[in-house]
Amino acid sequence: MLTCALAIFFFVMALIFAALYRPPNPSVCGRNESGTRVWIWGLGVGFPLVTLAALTAYGLFIGERLLPREAPDLVTVQAQARQWAWTFRYGEDRAIATDGVLHIPAGRPVNVEITSTDVIHSFWVPRLAGKLDAIPGHVNVLRIEAALPGTYGGQSAEFSGRGYREHVFTVEAHDAASWATFLAEGTQ
Amino acid sequence: MTLPSPASQPRGKALRLHLALARIWASDQRIRGWFTSSNNNDIGSLFLIVATSFFVIGGILAMLIRAQLATPDSAFMEPQVYNQIFTMHGTVMMFLFAIPFFEAMSMLLLPGMLGTRDMAFPRLGAYGLWVYIFGGSAVIIAMLMGLAPDGGWFMYPPLSSAAFSPGIGADVWLLGITSIEVSAIATAIEVIVTVLRYRAAGMSLSRMPIFAWYILVVSVMILTAFPPMILGSLLLEVERALNWPFFQVENGGDPLLWQHLFWLFGHPEVYIIFLPAAGMIATILPVMARTNLLGYGWVVAAAVSLAVLSFGLWVHHMFTTGIPHMGLAFFSAASTLVAVPTSVMIFSWIGTLWKGRARMGLPMLWIMGFFATFVIGGLTGVMLAVVPFNWQVHDTHFVVAHLHYVLIGGYVFPMIAAIYYFMPLLTGRTRFFKLGEVAFWLVVPSFHITFLSVHMAGLLGQRRRTWTYDADQGWTALNLVASIASFVMAIGFALTILDVAVNAFVAVRGRRNPWGAGTLEWAGAIPSPAYGFASIPIVQGRYPLHDDPDLALHIARGEGYLGDASRIRRETLIVSTARGEPLQVVVLPGNSVLPFLLAVVTSTSFLAPLFDAYIVAGLALVAVVALALVWAWGLGGRVDEGHVDAGHGAMLPLASECRDPPGWWGSVFLLLADGVHFGSLLFGYAFLWTVAPNWPPHSYLQPQLWAVIVALTGALALTAGPRLAVRAIAKGGTAWPAITLGIVGSLALAIAAASVMLDRPGPARHAYDATLWLLAGHVGLHTILSAIMLCYLAARVAAGYASPARIGEAGIVKLWADFTVATGLVALAAAWLPGAFA
Ligand code: HEM
Ligand SMILES: [Cu+2]
Repeated sequence: MLTCALAIFFFVMALIFAALYRPPNPSVCGRNESGTRVWIWGLGVGFPLVTLAALTAYGLFIGERLLPREAPDLVTVQAQARQWAWTFRYGEDRAIATDGVLHIPAGRPVNVEITSTDVIHSFWVPRLAGKLDAIPGHVNVLRIEAALPGTYGGQSAEFSGRGYREHVFTVEAHDAASWATFLAEGTQ
Repeated sequence: MTLPSPASQPRGKALRLHLALARIWASDQRIRGWFTSSNNNDIGSLFLIVATSFFVIGGILAMLIRAQLATPDSAFMEPQVYNQIFTMHGTVMMFLFAIPFFEAMSMLLLPGMLGTRDMAFPRLGAYGLWVYIFGGSAVIIAMLMGLAPDGGWFMYPPLSSAAFSPGIGADVWLLGITSIEVSAIATAIEVIVTVLRYRAAGMSLSRMPIFAWYILVVSVMILTAFPPMILGSLLLEVERALNWPFFQVENGGDPLLWQHLFWLFGHPEVYIIFLPAAGMIATILPVMARTNLLGYGWVVAAAVSLAVLSFGLWVHHMFTTGIPHMGLAFFSAASTLVAVPTSVMIFSWIGTLWKGRARMGLPMLWIMGFFATFVIGGLTGVMLAVVPFNWQVHDTHFVVAHLHYVLIGGYVFPMIAAIYYFMPLLTGRTRFFKLGEVAFWLVVPSFHITFLSVHMAGLLGQRRRTWTYDADQGWTALNLVASIASFVMAIGFALTILDVAVNAFVAVRGRRNPWGAGTLEWAGAIPSPAYGFASIPIVQGRYPLHDDPDLALHIARGEGYLGDASRIRRETLIVSTARGEPLQVVVLPGNSVLPFLLAVVTSTSFLAPLFDAYIVAGLALVAVVALALVWAWGLGGRVDEGHVDAGHGAMLPLASECRDPPGWWGSVFLLLADGVHFGSLLFGYAFLWTVAPNWPPHSYLQPQLWAVIVALTGALALTAGPRLAVRAIAKGGTAWPAITLGIVGSLALAIAAASVMLDRPGPARHAYDATLWLLAGHVGLHTILSAIMLCYLAARVAAGYASPARIGEAGIVKLWADFTVATGLVALAAAWLPGAFA
């Protein structure tokens, strides 16, 4: 995407410079007709339409992959934000709770049900997925999946007042064994 | 032109005409003249100076931000202070600088471009200026007292609700900004009526200067984009003050409602800011390239479609709020689509350059700065419209950088170009000191260094609105570079302002039309006198000065329309909207302190609630009505003048003796804004009903038969009364029985509205009740307005201000009454129907 953008930028700038520093044009008038065809239709309308169609298709294609879909081994957790902390809940009856650390199994799709108890926050783990807002009264579902066990940084991404900068959390992705231990210890 | 040749005219005619007109149009030369003048030159200059001062204030705040971010773990500011600073920076730049600045430019330039003598409603313009000055100063003073809002410039509740933002910071924002929006709406109405009705003879729509098209589109956008925001501010302010739970989930509110209302305004706002700048480019660039704009019609079409599209796109600011997937795909595709009209404009300009022979010069240099910057801003914008990417950088400094590329590159740079381009016209001087070039080369490169670094920091994950960062996060170098470059940029901007100021006051006198432009603003004397044109030009093409190089002379000698000052009053021409044929002669009001006084009481009514001075606010509101009536009473006349000589053998009626005087047109557009406001309220009602949790409410309002009957009869009477009154006046008959019928009708409607409130006491219980109160409040307010107007009309008739010819005022009252009936019935139906069917 960046290369495309750079290419377009240099193309436009080159056109402008060519227009400025080119030998004087003898026939100034009478060229409006062909001018309109080239500049307005060709470059003004045609050019962005083609580029945008490609870009949108690409975006939708990627977006499709990020959608929460039915999966047999799906895990659902709840993320509840408040000024300036995160509480995560697990299990059928949400009996297990952790503060500030979200535990998930690695290699399995996880649905995070995001909500807030006070103001609007946003759940964002840059290396796992895009962000989704935590809104009081609403539950938004975000699909994440950590390929490998490990620790991932997460943060709120919607301004929430004084403690906004420190409103962060971590994600612990467990392998199958330690995920089982986590659930077992939690339910005790 | 078919005018007598210059040689056959007696010498000295131009001078005599100039002296006569100058006396008629002069503003008071004493200090108090600043408070009583309504001339577009005075108002525009004051507007421009004040807007520039706010740019300086916003810039100082920006420097404070960059100073704080220059080093990691900075102890320069605490988070509480930082939050106030960036909120105020965004607010000041968007509301107190960007919009007023282009309004100022259009007040200064439009009458000249259109070939008329002043704006359509000079006093309304003065009123808008003063409301803006008072509202803006109040916001700044509050900041200096440490009472600034700190929730970010989009003020999302619940963060901005009373529970999480106690204190008056948020109230300052809501009330101050709303008063500025009221002022913007006033100016927009003035601009629209000016463009549609006040033009040179023969200037059809397709012969209008391109800037007039742009500013027309922008003004209509203001009328449709600001009302949702005003409604949002009203809801939030009422929630904060009276606890009506519009945004509180527990009681049937929903914070997402604010986001919809805000972005219904906020997205078009970006184009409201960009389009005037684009209009300036489309004006300046062809002249600097010694040619005409390529594809004039296409550029107009592009501006219109950009405006239309921009209203469908607000949701793209809410991609992360959990919008359904189909919605995301739609809005994502639609958002990228705005690139098409934008690119039509850009390539039309490049094609124009290609067609002509460009010369450099300072205005052109800044336009080049615009191209280099805005194209990048547009490209990053398209990137942001792609959903997966948006999810990654939303709310990081990438967005901050994008927004500044668009706002500074797409707005500030072209406006500086415009200032330099129009300086000879506004000040009568050509540039003498050449500080401007130095300033340019300081600003543009350092701008790119600053915001390219900010882009990078955003991609690396630096979140916007965080007051500092740690040394080990890897953003230290980027931020330091950005800060240093931003200080250089600030110096550059300061030099630019200095350069303009110095050259405005001490540079050498310049000659007329130094750039060789073809449009009318360059056909008057330099600097533009208060009366604008000695006579109203007659045009036959898009570039009248190219068609007739002697046009300026003809105008000065009074060879256009109204080139005769013998009636000793401020007259100008009204033309037919589409074809520009002379239709009416309008008499503009003279100097008056009323606009200033009205602004004082309006601002008092807005600002007094900040200090819980509700009684003062109420009294101020009464004063607003009283002063408005005094204002209106002073207009119009008691005798029919019949047709007057407009020159060229044309005998035209006075506007005050026509069925559609400017006031009627102004009312139509004010009611458009009012209607959008009402529509937003219905939208909010439907939104809460369908989306908010904790709906439906426990019980519904049950319509009562008597109230329904009263409402329907009232509506009937309020529809019939004004109609019969107009007919009676037109026939010279007695109007008061019909007017009384109308008053009774409006009171009946008001009673029906009151019954809604009485049936549901306790608007603080549930968002449903609160919304019912607002619907009823809408009806109540408009019925009271209608009743006041009808009483006023009766008094006018009694005092002899109405006649079969002078019937315009009655028509205006009828318009308001019709609006009251239509929206009143819809509002009551919306309140009653759910209960009737539940
Ligand atoms: C003079 C150079 C300017 C500099 C160095 C600058 C710098 C900044 C920075 C660093 C921020 C981000 C603060 C944060 O999120 O932590 C910001 C925010 C913002 N700026 Fe500027 N700015 C400048 C001019 C402008 C202009 C001319 C406009 C508008 C016409 C503008 C509009 C905004 C807005 C709307 C925000 C968002 C505020 C918010 O997040 O609530 N800025 N600016
Ligand atoms: Cu937008």
